[in-house]
Amino acid sequence: MSAAQPTMTSTTALDVASIRRDFPILEQRINGKPLVYLDNAASSQRPRAVIDAIRSYYETDHANVHRGVHTLSQRATDAYEGARDIVRNFINAGDTREIIFVRGTTEAINLVAQSYARPRLGPGDEILISALEHHANIVPWQLVCEHTGAALKVIPIDRHGEIQYEAFERLIGPRTKLLALAHVSNALGTIVPVDKFIARARELGVPVLLDGAQAVPHGPVDVRALDCDFYCFSAHKMCGPTGIGVLYGRRELLEEMPPWQGGGDMILTVSFEKTTYNQLPWKFEAGTPHISGAVGLAAAIRYLQSIGMERIARYERELLAYATERLQEVPGLKIIGTAAQKAAVISFTLEGIHPHDIGTILDTEGVAIRTGHHCAMPVMDFFQVPATARASLAFYNTFEEIDRLIAALERARSLLS
Amino acid sequence: MDLKDLYRDVIVDHNRNPRNFGKLEAADSHAEGHNPLCGDRLTLYVNFDGDRIREAKFEGSGCAISVASASLLTEAVKGKSREEVRRLFDQIHALLTQHDADVDLAGLGKLAALSGVREFPARVKCASLCWHTLNAALSNATQPVSTE
Ligand SMILES: Cc1ncc(COP(=O)(O)O)c(C=O)c1O
Repeated sequence: MSAAQPTMTSTTALDVASIRRDFPILEQRINGKPLVYLDNAASSQRPRAVIDAIRSYYETDHANVHRGVHTLSQRATDAYEGARDIVRNFINAGDTREIIFVRGTTEAINLVAQSYARPRLGPGDEILISALEHHANIVPWQLVCEHTGAALKVIPIDRHGEIQYEAFERLIGPRTKLLALAHVSNALGTIVPVDKFIARARELGVPVLLDGAQAVPHGPVDVRALDCDFYCFSAHKMCGPTGIGVLYGRRELLEEMPPWQGGGDMILTVSFEKTTYNQLPWKFEAGTPHISGAVGLAAAIRYLQSIGMERIARYERELLAYATERLQEVPGLKIIGTAAQKAAVISFTLEGIHPHDIGTILDTEGVAIRTGHHCAMPVMDFFQVPATARASLAFYNTFEEIDRLIAALERARSLLS
Repeated sequence: MDLKDLYRDVIVDHNRNPRNFGKLEAADSHAEGHNPLCGDRLTLYVNFDGDRIREAKFEGSGCAISVASASLLTEAVKGKSREEVRRLFDQIHALLTQHDADVDLAGLGKLAALSGVREFPARVKCASLCWHTLNAALSNATQPVSTE
């Protein structure tokens, strides 16, 4: 076993010690050891600013939105619609009408599948995705294909976990009615060079949806610079609450799409003969929305912006480089996903030790990682592994925590291999 | 929680060197078990001598707990009647899930090593997969077992 190496420190001006004090949950011990939380791709943790914003909303401002003339209803509406504008600004959308609040990435993709794709597609049409997608960017399209007779086409990946561009060029064509790609892979960490895929799709007039669940938390995202048509993400992976997320959609497309759920808020007038639908974005927000969720998401965005998305990205790159280097020193460890551009997600296997055992052993050392298929079973099949262990990092993680991960892996090896 | 309670020497040994590992050609019965959450997969084969299990083997891949449990199972059920296997299943089930289980640990022999698993609720399914698979294999073979 290698002796503990001197811990590297960051050259980025990010005061991680002070940032960590913003996250109450990180202060605890798990199984007697200080918690090392490395399961951020599944869900990140919340800073006090987010928890306080939600509490304060409930303690002083809560009522239903869009419905009352009384003061609280006005405040709640202002908070909810104010959050929409904060989201718009955060991803640089041009218009708040293009920001639809949904439950999360999964619901955002399903909305596009049901409201955009399903009415338009038929036999002979194709939806194009890649082999590194999360199940949330596979199954909704399979449902559409079942209903419409359209076909799902899959762009293969290579052994590094990169989407094969030449294969993409062969697969995209006149039949392609939608291209749906992850911006960043949750199972492999690949940052997909979406610009070139989008540019080609544009030339052919194919609309593009990006699953940004793993991209938004880790660096700046500008939907207009990307020039995509739909962009989906979840608040809970970016320090916000669970149960809320965002669908960004280009306005011309959203205007043409029918509502996908009916109820209150999404209508202007209702009679038994005829109902007229509300305008964007409310057309897609039937029922009382997750108001406190939007408030929490807005607080999360303000918090992330106070640190700076560029600085977060830079710091996480340093962490990733350090973690990758240290992990490669562990005998028998193999990193799954070695794309040229990666986000701070590291999937790996350890020879002779099943990922499930790694997860249990690390937990007794206070180190939380994820093990399993990461909702990407086709990716596991491609790499011919039943599962992987995955450490996914956030800006509040430290170089010392990487050392703790390595030490815990050594423990696993001494116990089981 | 003590890891040594989960990964006892018997478990570690049976994970490293699983007993009765491999396919049983011309098995009287077999069944597949799959735990989609962790990707564990195993196939269990049994041969009978009348009502008694003459031989049991398994193959597949899984975590240390599921491999060791299957390996221990194949040793433990050899020579047992269906009724004895059913009683053993109940005892293992109680051992894995109940804290105050009334189980005769000494009578279980090496299988008693599985008692540490109940302190790790996320791992109970790993240990029980092969036992459920055995149940399926037994009910597949309800007909009198042929001697071929
Ligand atoms: C790439 C990717 N897409 C989609 C999702 C689904 O997100 P949610 O469960 O928040 O809807 C996830 C989260 O696991 C993800 O990592």
